[in-house]
Amino acid sequence: MISIKEVEHVALLGRLELNEEEKKLYSKQLSDILEHARKLQDLDTDNVPPTAHVLPLHNVFREDRSGEHMDTDKVLANAPERQDDYFKVPRIL
Amino acid sequence: MELYYLTAHQLHDMLIKKEISAGEITGAVFGRIEEMENKIRAYITLTRETAERQAREVDKAIAAGEKITPLAGIPIAIKDNMCTTGVRTTCASKILYNFVPPYNATVIERLNEARSVLIGKTNMDEFAMGSSTENSAFFTTCNPWATDRVPGGSSGGSAAAVAAGETILALGSDTGGSIRQPASYCGVVGLKPTYGSVSRFGLVAYASSLDQIGPITRDVTDCALVFNAISGHDPKDSTSAALDKPDYTGYLTGDIKGIKIGVPREYMGEGIDPAVKEVIQSAIGVFTGLGAEVEETSLPHSEYALPAYYILAPAEASSNLARYDGVRYGYRNEEAEDMVEMFMKTRSEGFGAEVKRRIMLGTYALSAGYYDAYYNKALKVRTLIKGDFDRAFEKYDLLLSPVAPGPAFKRGEKMDDPLQMYMVDICTLSINLAGVPAISIPGGFADNLPVGLQLMGRPFGEGDILRAAYAFEQNTDHHRRLP
Repeated sequence: MISIKEVEHVALLGRLELNEEEKKLYSKQLSDILEHARKLQDLDTDNVPPTAHVLPLHNVFREDRSGEHMDTDKVLANAPERQDDYFKVPRIL
Repeated sequence: MELYYLTAHQLHDMLIKKEISAGEITGAVFGRIEEMENKIRAYITLTRETAERQAREVDKAIAAGEKITPLAGIPIAIKDNMCTTGVRTTCASKILYNFVPPYNATVIERLNEARSVLIGKTNMDEFAMGSSTENSAFFTTCNPWATDRVPGGSSGGSAAAVAAGETILALGSDTGGSIRQPASYCGVVGLKPTYGSVSRFGLVAYASSLDQIGPITRDVTDCALVFNAISGHDPKDSTSAALDKPDYTGYLTGDIKGIKIGVPREYMGEGIDPAVKEVIQSAIGVFTGLGAEVEETSLPHSEYALPAYYILAPAEASSNLARYDGVRYGYRNEEAEDMVEMFMKTRSEGFGAEVKRRIMLGTYALSAGYYDAYYNKALKVRTLIKGDFDRAFEKYDLLLSPVAPGPAFKRGEKMDDPLQMYMVDICTLSINLAGVPAISIPGGFADNLPVGLQLMGRPFGEGDILRAAYAFEQNTDHHRRLP
């Protein structure tokens, strides 16, 4: 069972603000889903390597050469707030 | 037959014979959209001006005697999670409601090179998380076969648009079944290509190790034509495979004599609607009749695909969706007084319930103390699931199964119980975990609702899949029935 306290901790890690109703709902729903996931523990995987993705790729390199970059105005065109060539945000400290 | 219900290859023949113009095709599709869209609601954004301009250019090229590609002048709808320069790309989320990308996804660049005509951006479950398109932050799309039912998801808008004649072709994306399941529910063809065969550059990421873009079309020939256009290596996607690609229409011969097809028994068990099993049984009859060798086989770890998927996909999603913070694009809460408050309020107001649920689930599975028990365990189980497929493909060229346990369900029916909704993808999830290609093609009907059948192939074995799918299509007429 995922407690309300755990829900609050995970929400903070995920940068989500939940109301009381959502906390209760997610406590129940996450518990149900994780209960279902416990099935995975039935399998012995001691000698099984993990698969993060299916391709036989490790590092993919390209030539170290400078290329074109996107125009600054285009980069900033979707900014909620802009000042000069910067993204503007509320105070940090 | 109305123009808007023809296939790309039929329209191409008419274009090069100068029987019709690209402008007329585009006009017919927009006329159909005006007639149907208030009932179906497949589109978030329509791009009529762009479409008319692109069609005019193709007509000029034809008039000038230029040779045109098979997709030139053919309308295509794009799921709203692929970036289109200057055209709003929302992922059906409030958090991207105003996002206008400054660049095109590679698939869009390739379609532009082929000179297809962009009709609009289609509705979807928010960030591709869902199986019914009911998780769209904007509105729900209806199934053209029965408007009180869902079109499937998450590429529900694309599948519904193709089925309703509101486009000729469409692109969807598939992370756990999001192309195949809506294709099944809407009675159209949907291909989830091998992981790495279509560039993901410009596809808004949900679960990066599982996401693939693919075609949704009216028949298998159109599917091969779109796959020809969009597949192939892209230096902008480091996971895109550097392989030579054949002309996939070369596989459409109708000859499947001697191919070996396995039917995994785990996909035909409890929980599968008897009407769906009947469709698969009769499909087995068609394939056998065409000279294929069909027999029962086993993918023993199938029952672990759902729990493994619902750890891995949310884990990747929780990381991918960290970028939506109100700083560089999209929605921002304007009242917050400091940065962290701004992050929290922006994300809480911008994301819908299913997205939050998956962020919570993924964050939990990756958090200290649970990483090994959930995330790492699921990665190991993924190895076992992939091993099942590797072993099956030593013996069989293809695997055959249902796409979904039943036909389209009613809107609202599964919205209160996430686990019930997740179960809908039970026949499609493991394909993404294994990274192999699979197609959904119209296989039959249950109570006048379309039922798809799924063919799975070896990695980069799309040619074999298309060959068998085409042979089936040429010997049945389910794909010709209209809603």
